[in-house]
Amino acid sequence: MSSIGTGYDLSASQFSPDGRVFQVEYAQKAVENSGTAIGIRGKDGVVFGVEKLITSKLYEAGDNKRILNIDRHIGAAVAGLNADARHLVDRARVEASSYRSSYGDAIPLKHLTERVSGYVHAHTLYSSVRPFGVSLIIGSMERDGPQMYLIEPSGVSWGYHGCAIGKAKQNAKTEIEKLKMKDMTIKDLVKEVAKIIYIVHDEVKDKSFELELSWVGDITDNKHVLVPPEVFVEAEKYAKLALEESDDSDDEDL
Amino acid sequence: MAQLGQPLSDYQRPHQVHFSPYDFNGGTVLAIAGENYALIATDTRLSQGFSIHSRESPKTYSLSENTVLGCCGFHGDVLTLTKTLGARLQIFEKEHNKPMPTPSVAAMLSTILYYRRFFPYYTHNLVAGLDEEGKGCVYSFDPVGSYEREVYRAKGSASAMLQPLLDNQIGGKNQQGYVVQPMPLDRCIAVVKDVFTSAAERDIYTGDNILISVITKDGLKSEKFPLRKD
Amino acid sequence: MATSGMFGNGNPGALWTGGPVPGQLHNFPGVQNGATKGSSQRTLNPVVMGSSVLGIQFNGGVVIAADMLGSYGSLSKYRDCPRLLKVNDSTVIGASGDYADFQYLSNVIQQQVIDEECLNDGFGYTPKSLHCWLTRVLYNRRSQFNPLWNTYIVAGLDEDKPYLGYVDKIGMAYEAPSLASGFGAYLALPIIRDALEKKPDMALEDALRLIDRCMKLLFYRDARALNKYQVAVITKAGVDLRGPIVSDTNWEVAHMIKGYE
Repeated sequence: MSSIGTGYDLSASQFSPDGRVFQVEYAQKAVENSGTAIGIRGKDGVVFGVEKLITSKLYEAGDNKRILNIDRHIGAAVAGLNADARHLVDRARVEASSYRSSYGDAIPLKHLTERVSGYVHAHTLYSSVRPFGVSLIIGSMERDGPQMYLIEPSGVSWGYHGCAIGKAKQNAKTEIEKLKMKDMTIKDLVKEVAKIIYIVHDEVKDKSFELELSWVGDITDNKHVLVPPEVFVEAEKYAKLALEESDDSDDEDL
Repeated sequence: MAQLGQPLSDYQRPHQVHFSPYDFNGGTVLAIAGENYALIATDTRLSQGFSIHSRESPKTYSLSENTVLGCCGFHGDVLTLTKTLGARLQIFEKEHNKPMPTPSVAAMLSTILYYRRFFPYYTHNLVAGLDEEGKGCVYSFDPVGSYEREVYRAKGSASAMLQPLLDNQIGGKNQQGYVVQPMPLDRCIAVVKDVFTSAAERDIYTGDNILISVITKDGLKSEKFPLRKD
Repeated sequence: MATSGMFGNGNPGALWTGGPVPGQLHNFPGVQNGATKGSSQRTLNPVVMGSSVLGIQFNGGVVIAADMLGSYGSLSKYRDCPRLLKVNDSTVIGASGDYADFQYLSNVIQQQVIDEECLNDGFGYTPKSLHCWLTRVLYNRRSQFNPLWNTYIVAGLDEDKPYLGYVDKIGMAYEAPSLASGFGAYLALPIIRDALEKKPDMALEDALRLIDRCMKLLFYRDARALNKYQVAVITKAGVDLRGPIVSDTNWEVAHMIKGYE
C-alpha cells in the first residue's frame, strides 16, 4: 500500500486525504488471506461451500467449522479471522432470537443483514475499536424464495445470486458466472459448488483443505444444514472427476 | 359459606387465590448413632394434602461414602438444598482430594440453612455418618441452622410419635434400673422397623416403605421394608 | 451472548442514541420499563387457565394428554388451546394453570432449542435435563415471589427409557410412572394407578384407551374440562402429536339429577 507510514492508517476514525479508511482496507486484506468461501442462490434454495485450509496435520478433523447456523432457516459461510467471525455470528444469533421473541416469527434475511451490517459498520467509525476482519455470506429460504447477502468489513452489504470471498474469490466468481444458477436446483448446485472449491484451490501454495458444504431450501424443509454424507460424497466425487478431466484435457493441449 | 338447607350458589364470586411459596410434603426421617455405625431411615411417601404424589421417594440423600443426609418438609426446598449441598461437596472434594468429613458437612449445612434465615428452607434435616474417629455420629438441625450432635433423633411429620419411643427404647428413659449401653445394629434395625410401622398407623404423611441405610467403615448398605400403603 | 451495550463504559456508545438498543424495542416516553416493576405485574392470581394434564408410561414409550380448554374463571373462553408443547423428537411438555405463563415459557424453551440446534454439536435437551431446568426456573420464580402459575408434566424418552416428571409453581418436583396435574390428580390418577398395578407393562393401545377413558371422566366431572383433547405419543420413532380428539359423551341420565336447581 502506497500510503504506509503516512499516519492515516492508524485509526478507523480517520480518513486519508484521498478519502479512504485504511483500517477498513486492512480488514479486507485479512479476508483475502483466508480460504475461499462461496454461496450460490438457485431456484429452490441456497448452497454454501468453503475451502477450509488445514495448516497442520496435527489438527483434529472437522473442527473450527466455517459454515455456521444463525437460526433454523439461516446459514452463514465466513472468510477472514475465525474468532471475529464467531463473534459476528453470535451477534447475528442474538438478533434472530430477539426478532423472534418480539414478533413471534423468523427474522427476514434482509432485516438481519441490515442489523448485522449496521453492527459491522459501527466498528469502522471509532478509534477505540478495530473493524471486523470478516466477510460473511448469509443465506436462507424465505417465504418468497431463496435469499442471499454478503456483508463486508466496511459494513456494506449486497444481495447476490452467487458470490465468493477469500483468497480465490476472483477465480471463483468467474466459475460461478458460467452457471445458470437461476434455473438450477440446489441438488445440482451442490455439485457445482464442490467443483468450484476444488478448481480454485491452489495445491502449490496451500497443501491440504477440508471441503464444507451446506444448503437450505425446499428439500431441507427450509432448514439450513450441512449436506448429508451421501450428498457430500457424491458432490466431492463429481468435483474430483471434473478436475481430473480438465487436467487430462490440459495435458492433451500441451 | 352457604347456609344449611339453602342450595349452593353456582355464582359465588371465586375467592382470591393466595400464593404461598411453601407446601408440606410429609415424610419422616430418623437417625441413630451406634458405636461403629450410623443408621438413618426414611419413609418413601411424598404427599401433598390428601394426595399421595409418589410411593417411591425416599428422603435420604447419600452425600459421600460415609455421610447421609435425611431431609424432609417442603420438597421444593429439599431439592434445592440437596443440589446445593451436592455441588459444595463436589467442590470440596476436588479442592482437598478427599470427601468432606461428616462433622464438617454438618457445620456447612448449618451455614447454608442460616444463610436463608429470613426466607428459610422449610426442611427438617439430619446428618448421619462416621466421625473422624470412626464412631457413628448424628447431627440434627432446625430449619434455620441451629444444630447439635445427638445419639438418636427423629425428624419430620411423625417425629413427635417416634421420638418418645426412641427415648424409651434407646435412651432408656422412664425405665427403672435400666443401664444405657451401646445398641447392637440388628436390635437397632428392629426398633426402627417397629417405630415406623407404628407411626404409619397414625400419620397419613408416613407410609409405603422404609429405606434403612447403615454407614460403617465398609461403606453404605441399604435395606427396604414395607409399610402400610393407605 | 452480548445483549446490552456493544462496548464497555458507554464508549463509543449505543448504535443509535435514543433508538433501540440492538435487539430491543424503542422506549416510548411514559411507558414503564422493567426497573419499576411492582407486585401488580406479578402472577399472584392466574387469568386464563388450563385444567388437567395426564401422563402414562407404557412399554416402549410415554403418552401425555391435555384437553384444549382455556378457562377464564368459570367462562369456557377459549376452546382451541393446545397445552402440549413438542420440545424435540424425544420430549413433550404439558401445562396446567395460567396459559400466558405457559406461552411465555414455551417461547423461552423454543428459542433455547434453536440455540442448541445452531451449535450443531449433537447435544440437546433430554426429558430429564428439561425437567431439571424447569425445576430451577419455577423454584427461582417462586423464591422471588413472582411465580409462573403452572404445573408442568415432562414426558419423553431418556436413553430409550420412558420418563415422566412433575413440577409445580413452587418447584416441588418428582418422577413417577404415571402422573396427573390439576383435577386429574384426584379424578384420573387413582384409575390410572389401578390399571398400571394390574398391568404394569402396558401396550400403547392400552395406554391410549386409558387416557381416553380418563379424559372423558374429567369432562364429566371437572367443570373446567373439555371433551376435546390432544395426545402426544413419544416412542423411539419420535413424537406423534395427535388430535384434536373429540370424545363422544352421553348426558341421558342428566335429567335424573335433582336438588341443584
